[in-house]
Amino acid sequence: MQLVYFAWVRERVGKSEETMQLPGDVETVADLIAHLVSINEIYGAALGDTDKIRIAVNQEHVSTDHPVTDADEIAFFPPVTGG
Amino acid sequence: MAQISVQAGDFNISDEIDALKGGRTDMGAIVTFTGTVRDVTGELNAMTLEHYPGMTEAELARVAEEAEARWPLVGCRVIHRYGRLEPGDNIVLVITMSAHRHAAFDAANFLMDFLKSRAPFWKNEETGAGSGWVDARESDHAALKRWD
Repeated sequence: MQLVYFAWVRERVGKSEETMQLPGDVETVADLIAHLVSINEIYGAALGDTDKIRIAVNQEHVSTDHPVTDADEIAFFPPVTGG
Repeated sequence: MAQISVQAGDFNISDEIDALKGGRTDMGAIVTFTGTVRDVTGELNAMTLEHYPGMTEAELARVAEEAEARWPLVGCRVIHRYGRLEPGDNIVLVITMSAHRHAAFDAANFLMDFLKSRAPFWKNEETGAGSGWVDARESDHAALKRWD
């Protein structure tokens, strides 16, 4: 799967994108966040407060119960502030 | 079918209206909304807009498609800029055209409300004290409820 990050999420992770193998026990966005947060405190600081982040799977807004697969592009970012 | 552009460069409102009209005469109402970089306190040096290439265009097209499904529009144009902008610079342009004014006004209003809560842009403000990400406003999210 391809992970992409924007705004302060990108700054906290320290990169704008990365490719990662989907762990076998990850089925949803919420599972994926829990997995990333368990890797180290860098992901914890970026993604640990799930109220403050928004998620897109394959470039569409989704909620944390949305399923994920290894072929997906999954984006993490703060609430949007355009316009 | 709405025309969507996500671009670094500025836009000319008059040119965009002419292009959208394309010689047609069956619209009686043209509404334009322009959003600009606001500096209320005089402390803002610049604002940099980050976006999600690909999703930005797709999301703006989805919002425009919803507007076109709700109101009888004969033309719809959305331009949103990204990159570093200074106070007073244009950020966003919405143009709606319809036979009657209510549809054009309402569609433009709807487009801006949904664009602000769904289009993947993030503003970073530069002041003399440093730079920081702009927080999302609860009022922008609440504005969507009136379209339910």
